[in-house]
Amino acid sequence: MNKEEAIQKLKEIVKPYVKNEEALANINEDTDFINDLNINSANLVDVILDVEEVFDIEIDADSMEKMRDVKFALAVIEEKLAAK
Amino acid sequence: MERRVVITGLGVVAPNGVGLEDFRSALKEGRSGIQFDQQLADLQFSCQVSGTPPIDRENLSKYFTDLELRNFNSTGILYGVIAGLDAWNDAGLKPSKDESPDWESGTIFGAGTSGIEKFRESIYKIDAFQTRRLGSTAVSQTMNSGISAYLGGKLGLGNQVTTNSSACTTGTESVLMAFDRIKAGKAKRILAGSTSDSGPYIWAGFDAIKVCNYKSNENPEKASRPMSASAAGFVPGSGAGALVIEDLESALARNAKIYCEILGGNLNSGGQRGGGSMTAPNSTAVQKCVKDAILESGIEAKDIDYISGHLTATSKDATEIENLSSALNRSGKDFPYINSLKVSTGHCLSAAASIECVATVLQLSENFVAPNINCEDLNPEISAIIDEECIPQKLIKKEINIAAKVSFGFGDVNGCIIFKKYS
Repeated sequence: MNKEEAIQKLKEIVKPYVKNEEALANINEDTDFINDLNINSANLVDVILDVEEVFDIEIDADSMEKMRDVKFALAVIEEKLAAK
Repeated sequence: MERRVVITGLGVVAPNGVGLEDFRSALKEGRSGIQFDQQLADLQFSCQVSGTPPIDRENLSKYFTDLELRNFNSTGILYGVIAGLDAWNDAGLKPSKDESPDWESGTIFGAGTSGIEKFRESIYKIDAFQTRRLGSTAVSQTMNSGISAYLGGKLGLGNQVTTNSSACTTGTESVLMAFDRIKAGKAKRILAGSTSDSGPYIWAGFDAIKVCNYKSNENPEKASRPMSASAAGFVPGSGAGALVIEDLESALARNAKIYCEILGGNLNSGGQRGGGSMTAPNSTAVQKCVKDAILESGIEAKDIDYISGHLTATSKDATEIENLSSALNRSGKDFPYINSLKVSTGHCLSAAASIECVATVLQLSENFVAPNINCEDLNPEISAIIDEECIPQKLIKKEINIAAKVSFGFGDVNGCIIFKKYS
């Protein structure tokens, strides 16, 4: 899966939690989940659970900590997919 | 300075009617909301009928965002939010859009327990080593104050936001707590009410102690029989009732519709002494509660036109009538009209008293007494104290000036509120 495809998948996942639609339309590697998309910090947990389901991976607590923006989310997803 | 306190908004989610209009017509028609409950039958409950509010799931987007409805599994919060937002809207109030909360408005919204289905779902995950998969709302849906937290957030309430809990007295208590706070000038308005979850995990404990009627599974609408000689226990129910309690000055200033005034009331406990226990009220305390409510309200016992009873359809109904008769020193034909809403809703537990307060306010402000169906065989112990005519089995149109609502709950707790037509 290339980066663009992964971002599109991520976009679908975060969509229900996003309060800033415009930022979602312009989602890119530098997008921050909380600051740019205004996702409630408690909902980040739900986002990660959804990522696990969609990509069929398990994300450990340390990796969860890092998944604050698209760039790190992609890195974690790539890492976990590679380890499968 | 003590303030006068009025009711300016009502909302209700009851087994026999969701929304004020539906509930009003159910009240007048004596329409029952009690049905056979397949889930209870599948789980081999003794009592297989329930009063579960018919919720239109299509309509929920008026009350919840799509995000809130993801992994949502708390009927108590569902009912409470619908009733609460409806009451706010009925009072002509809008949610605070501002970034700043509305410091003058709060909520005291009671519950017996919250999100028991969500709790069960969570426990299964925990035991399967899946704690990390609980999601972000397992706490907010299962904390007892979940309902007041949801309402407080939706409306932007900045005054007191809390949840009280006193079993079947909960709703009467929430209204009286709101009354006290407004009377003392600490809030302009409080959304008061209470809610209860539905389902087997709420009702099982009552089935286990055989206080529910298990003899009418084939005849659901006949199963709830307060004051009847063939009363055989209550029918479990659920729902929510909500009332906007407001400072008279504030209500007049915004030209709000006023349903009635709250003159006063009383809450007490029998201390589980003198015949009182965890499950039965101390009669002395019940009588004192009613007398003290009358005293605080500055009326006389003879002024009461109508009583909304607690009356659950257990063997305690006759004792309740005896206590009320003693407290008021009125009997026979001199006793006020009395009925039990539970005849058509079942016993909605922690939601019962607030739903009954809504029914009381409707009967008072619209001058009728709802029919007490299923009472064709009046309990002779009751007819020995008060005249049959006090318990109308058909709709009665009658000018009601003063109404009393009484509630009694597990833990030997009592509540009585005196409502008066506003003038």
